[in-house]
Formats: sequence, structure tokens, C-alpha cells
Amino acid sequence: MTGRTSRTMRSLLWLWAAAILLFLYLPTICGAIASLGTSRYFTFPVPKWGLSWYEKTLNSFEIHALLKTSVTIALIVTAISVVIGFMGALAFARYSWAGRSLFQRIVLLPIFFPQSVLGLALLLWFNALGLNLSWQTAVFAHLIWVVPVVTLVIAIQVYGFDPALEEAAFDLGASRWQVLTEVTLPVLWPGIFSGSLFAFLLSWGNFPLSLFTTGADTTVPEYLYAKMVAGYTPGVPVLGTVSTLGAGFLLLGGYAVIHVLRRRRGAEA
Amino acid sequence: MATGLVVPRSPVLAPGRRHALPLLLLLLIGFLAPLLAILWFSVMPPRSFTLWHPPTFENYRTILAETFYQSALWSLGLATVTVVLLALICYPLAYGLSRVFGRWANLLTLFLVLPLFVSENLRLYGWILFFIKGGVLLGGLKAMTGLQPESWLFTPGMIVFGMVYVYLPFMLFPMTLGVSMVPRETTEAAADLGASRWQVFREVELPLAMPGIIIGCLLTFVLAVGAIAEAKVLGGQSVIPIAHDIEIAFTYAQNWPLGAALSVLLMIVVGALVLTVLRRFDLDRILGRR
Repeated sequence: MTGRTSRTMRSLLWLWAAAILLFLYLPTICGAIASLGTSRYFTFPVPKWGLSWYEKTLNSFEIHALLKTSVTIALIVTAISVVIGFMGALAFARYSWAGRSLFQRIVLLPIFFPQSVLGLALLLWFNALGLNLSWQTAVFAHLIWVVPVVTLVIAIQVYGFDPALEEAAFDLGASRWQVLTEVTLPVLWPGIFSGSLFAFLLSWGNFPLSLFTTGADTTVPEYLYAKMVAGYTPGVPVLGTVSTLGAGFLLLGGYAVIHVLRRRRGAEA
Repeated sequence: MATGLVVPRSPVLAPGRRHALPLLLLLLIGFLAPLLAILWFSVMPPRSFTLWHPPTFENYRTILAETFYQSALWSLGLATVTVVLLALICYPLAYGLSRVFGRWANLLTLFLVLPLFVSENLRLYGWILFFIKGGVLLGGLKAMTGLQPESWLFTPGMIVFGMVYVYLPFMLFPMTLGVSMVPRETTEAAADLGASRWQVFREVELPLAMPGIIIGCLLTFVLAVGAIAEAKVLGGQSVIPIAHDIEIAFTYAQNWPLGAALSVLLMIVVGALVLTVLRRFDLDRILGRR
């Protein structure tokens, strides 16, 4: 095992990891605490606990509309980015072709780019084209940054893929379609699944791109920001906590599925 | 489409190029074209909203004449401090994830990724609830000890704190990839030959992990230079970063060409940095090693 790292060192590293986890989740915990009070203003220690703000927030039509907009955008972004990202990942990592090294760098550029500036640039571009801003333009904006990330996530899986498998299937007389559905996709499935989780969640949580490109429609992060700027309302921590828990369940649940399926496949083999 | 065994080999339909095509098209319409639009807007006369004027450099002259360099320096300074702090904070964790935590590393990684999927405004807002007067920290302190110190919110130090917090995963994951590229046998061989722990770190681990570390630094620097939420939410506008100037030009000031010119300058700094650094690396090696 890890023979060279001493016991003290190992405990220190574990302690450090725990401290960083606490650091990352402390604000979320504070939000959860604030959402569970019953008073209009936040004070700590909380005078009276209760779920009254959850009831008020989750029953409002405005919130339903927001959730619907955010989920719609995220689902469409996921569907499109997985298809383009899957093909992109094959070009990125599977095939060797003349422009590949350049292509890899082009794919990284939108990731290494300040998102607020990208949002503004898209706003100017849509304006120049005479497009009306709505949730559809936001879908397009999200794609510009989500597709490269999904491509990278799937590409990491593709690197571990042996092209000889595909060639063997061709040699045995499989058609191109059969090779895709019976060899390539099943082998790359975990990467594609992670890619779609990433796509959904990145779109769900995105603020800087949505801010400039949704027009009259509003997503959950935009609404939260507007409310934050306007002063305190307990609806913000409530919606924030719900949105964080939702993302958490999706992520952990998704990886639990991958884990179980891998186990099962391992048991079959 | 190919029939049966024949895989197309003609240059136009080479599989690599064919699969790259949708992504390249998307980036052409959605990335390159908007950047050209912003470039063209930056040479339009001030306060115009259309692209059909003769070009002028007036916006750039305005930028040089006014005090925008202060915002730019703040942004660059805050980003530099953030990157240095993050490198120091993340290295031990990256080392742990790739060397020490074993089968726990995957679960831990999931919990470290999760914050990426919650919008940064919201996470910063949690810190407000923590640090504000009567919040979790000061309210708790008062209830326990009766002390009532001033809140630390709305200071430049708090902005750095917020940036370190928001960009931590962007430093951590490339760095972990980098550290896991160091072959275990190499460090063991160095130790067997009598190198001290510090020498192994300085002369073996650090150089071999460098590609991942540099990519992590680059990514966090680029994101931090364009950051806006930290200064607005936690900094209480005690500092105006360059991205905030850009937003003001586009919203309150209604001067799109000025905002476009500022964006172009920011893009040039970021683009030059990214292209210089990325040219040096073999991405296949960094991403392909698991």
C-alpha cells in the first residue's frame, strides 16, 4: 500500500481534507439553518425553528415557474451536449487526425474564459442578429460552456477505450451501427453518464451566462441573486437549500447507480 | 456511409474530422462569432447600440484617460493572491486524493465536486449569513461569551476569502491529475537512494506534477480575473474589479461600446496567457493517464 507515507502524515492529510470539506459546506449549513427559522429576519441563535418558510416558498406559483424554466433549460442542454460532446470526445481522444492537437486546444478555450465576458459577448451577438432573448437563447449560451466540459469528461473515459474492440467487431461483420450500439456505447457508458450529470448540474447552477441571455425569463440562480441584492428574505435560503439538496441527491444517486452497475457487470464477467 | 468493413479514409470524411465537426460548428457560431461581435462593438462610437457606424478608437482612448487601470490592477492582484493561496491549500489534498485516501478518494471527490453545481452567489450568500453581525459566527459568539467584535465583511481580505472558496475545485482537480502522473516507483527510488522527504518533493514530485499544477493555476487565475460576484456579495463594493466595471458600462451607464472595449482588453490578457501556457502541454498525457 502506501508504505512511504508515515502515520502522522496520513492523519494530518485526513485532518486537512476534513477541514476543507467543512470549509466548503459551512455556508450551505448556514443557509440550511437560516431556512429553518420562522422569523422574517435571520438572527443566530435561531429563536424559533419551523418549516413555515418552506411552505410559503414551495407553494408559490412564481417559484414553480422558475423551477420549470431551470429544469427545461438544463434538460435540453443535457440532451444536446451529450450528443455533441460524445462525438467531440471521440475526435479528442480516439481518432488520430491532422488537426487533433489544435482541436484539443480549441475545445479548452471556452472553459478557460471568464464566463461573465462570454455572457456579454453572446448578448451582443444575439442583439446583432436581431434575436429576442428568452430561455432558448440561454440554452444556446449554456451549451457554449457545457459542451466543452462534457467533451473533456467523456474524453477521459475514451482514453481508456481500446480501439481494437471496435476493429474486432468490424472484422466479425458487425455494421457501423451495431458497433456503435453494441461495443462503443456500452464501454463508454460511465463516461457518457458522468458527462450528462455534469451537463445537467452545470446548467442548473449557472448564473453568469443566464444573467445576460435569458431576457424576460428567469432561472433559479438569477432569481436568488435578485432577491439577495434586494435585501433579506427567508425564501432565498429555502430555495437555495432545496436546490443544493436536489443537486446532491442527483450526483450521489447517479454515482451510486454507476457503482452498482459496475459491480454487477464485474460479477457477470 | 461506409458499407461493411470499409472505414472511410478520404480526408474530408476522416472519422476524427467528422466527429469534431458539430463541436467546431457550435464554437464557431457561439464562441468565435460573439468574440468578433464584441471586438467590432468596441470600435463603435460611445453609447451606440448598433454595429453600423464607422469605426473609432475613442473607447480605448477613454479607458486610457480614466482610472480603469485601478480596477484592472485590483483584479490582477486579487487573482494572483488567490492562485498562490489555492496552490498551497490544494497540494496536500491533491496528494492525499491520489496517494493516501485509497478507496475513500472517490467518495471524497464527489463531495468536493458538488459545490461546483450550486451557483456561486448562493454559496457566497451562506458566508454572509455566517459572518454578518448577529449571524452564525458573531451571534454565536455573543450568546456564548457576550463579546461583540466588528464583522469582517465588506473588506478586500474577504474578497480573497470568497475567491479561494469559490475556485477551490478548479485548482484541486487539475492538480490531482498532475500529482497522480508521478510514478510511485520514481519517488520510492529517490527515497531509497537517500533523498530526504523534502528533496523527494522538490526534485521529483513537484517537477513531474507540474503540468497539472500549472493548468490548475491557469484555470483559477483566468476565472478569478473575470470574477465579479465575490467583490459584490462579500466585498460590499469596497473594491471594484474590472468585470464589475464592464457590467456597469453595459447596465447603468448604457455604454455598450465602452464595456466591449474593456472586455476586449480583458480577453487579450486572458487569451495571451492561456494560449502561451496551453501550447506547451501534451494534453493526451495529462488527461490520458489515470
